[in-house]
Amino acid sequence: MFAVEVHNLRKEFFRRDATRTRGRKRRRRVAALEGVTFTMERGECVAILGQNGSGKSTLVRLLSTLLLPDGGSAAIFGHDVVKQSRAVQRLVNRVSVEASFFKKMSSEENLAYAARFYGMPPSATRSAIPEILERVGFPVDRRHEGMEHLSRGMQQKVALARALLTSPVLLLLDEPTTGLDPRSKLEVQQFIREVWTSHDATILLCTHDLTEAEVLADRVGILDRGRLIALDPADVLKEQYEAETLEDAFFAATGRTFEDEKDEDAERGVFA
Amino acid sequence: MREAAGTMRSEFIGLYGMVERNWYLIKRYAWWEIAFFFWTAANTLTIVFIAKGVEATGGKVDIDQLTTILLIGAVMWSYLGIVFELLIETVAWERWEGTIEYTFMAPLTRATHLLGTGIFAIGYGIVRASIVFVAIAAFFGLHMPNANFATALVLIAVASVSFVGIGMMTAVLPLISPEKGTQFGYVAQGLMLVVSGVYYPVTVLPAFMQWLAKISPATYALRGERSAILDGATVSQVWGDIWPMVIIGVISVPLGIWVFRRGELHAKKHGKLKRSG
Repeated sequence: MFAVEVHNLRKEFFRRDATRTRGRKRRRRVAALEGVTFTMERGECVAILGQNGSGKSTLVRLLSTLLLPDGGSAAIFGHDVVKQSRAVQRLVNRVSVEASFFKKMSSEENLAYAARFYGMPPSATRSAIPEILERVGFPVDRRHEGMEHLSRGMQQKVALARALLTSPVLLLLDEPTTGLDPRSKLEVQQFIREVWTSHDATILLCTHDLTEAEVLADRVGILDRGRLIALDPADVLKEQYEAETLEDAFFAATGRTFEDEKDEDAERGVFA
Repeated sequence: MREAAGTMRSEFIGLYGMVERNWYLIKRYAWWEIAFFFWTAANTLTIVFIAKGVEATGGKVDIDQLTTILLIGAVMWSYLGIVFELLIETVAWERWEGTIEYTFMAPLTRATHLLGTGIFAIGYGIVRASIVFVAIAAFFGLHMPNANFATALVLIAVASVSFVGIGMMTAVLPLISPEKGTQFGYVAQGLMLVVSGVYYPVTVLPAFMQWLAKISPATYALRGERSAILDGATVSQVWGDIWPMVIIGVISVPLGIWVFRRGELHAKKHGKLKRSG
């Protein structure tokens, strides 16, 4: 059984244009994902590379049951994400680019709130929260401080702790290091590696950090305008596209560089 | 059997989690809570002073009775406001903080999620409304020699179920319309209170509003509360106000959960389960 099995997955959104017809804003269809197919083995770490608006976050949201697909299928350890969403939710957790917490509440309170939804009573979280915070390198004595007083790097560590607290077998990481300072970025990456090696976790890492993808993942996928155009180990990709670096391989595969992404994002307008 | 018991246990823990989270937020926003409390108390005072004003301008009224009628109306308005606001903000607040995706991807039924908020709203609303009621009654030196507070409590308990059910239906609005949903929720709350005879008998309303009053649980709650506090009515004497609320509650809670679930599917289809603000 595959940890993740995605077949011909499609998702599109409607985008309102600024131009008006008879006083109403025109709507146009934008494909966020088009016929995406891939599988992941248990314990594997796969990185999906793509520019903003390429469909990475849409893929993560579909796998975490936050979106319904328009076509195709996706299964986590054999459970369909639409028909067996509750079973999928028990197996999955995620870390996204935004840390997303109740800002006035402390890290301990935020983690307790998240844990209750996964059936963890106060007797379990009392010791589990300080332990997990310590593991992610968060100063445990600051766990009573409001989230608004913590740095972005600290908040992202708490986000990692939230995801791991519920012991997910599939961890979805959606640009977990974007916007972090170099030191925090390195710490988060080290922790991801530690979790991956010491736990029986399968990791899907969506990123536009090429080095991060190359260093952390077994295989690297290239998602371009909603289409998965390649999925292979980084060395194979470089060989396939006769490129010296992963960035060159990405350029050869898509015909564009990451510097183009501003225009691309505005043009597509899908939620990234 | 064991699996069902495990699921049930998880749901109870999730329900406790919703109550616990709301408590944390109350503590963290303590100064806002104090400010809102004084605002509610001041607002109630301005309304209750109307009775004194009527007397001062030569009107012939039973001043104690009118004061109590207005006080019950104002306190009930604030109680309903708390229940509705907390339910409407179930989605709106999480969307604003950005936690909405984490909550909706957790293995918890929507019924537990909403009931957890509803239970906290009822408990918190009753405590706050009771303090305002006692404080204002003491301020005016109101005597309620006939009051039957046990009946009043039964009425508020029964009414709360239907308030939560209707609140769940309004909670879906921010889910399907991130930009306008919360605002429409407050409009729905206001409309319900206008037709329910908060400070006046519903008989003074135009015919179409009187018809709407019949399907509003607040109408029965207000009438029953006034009978219990002013006339000392027993539960059996206000049964005529209780049974319509029981029927509205039995219909509105499952309907509210169903409507919310449909709204959730709509949001998942159109990509509206995401942060905004």
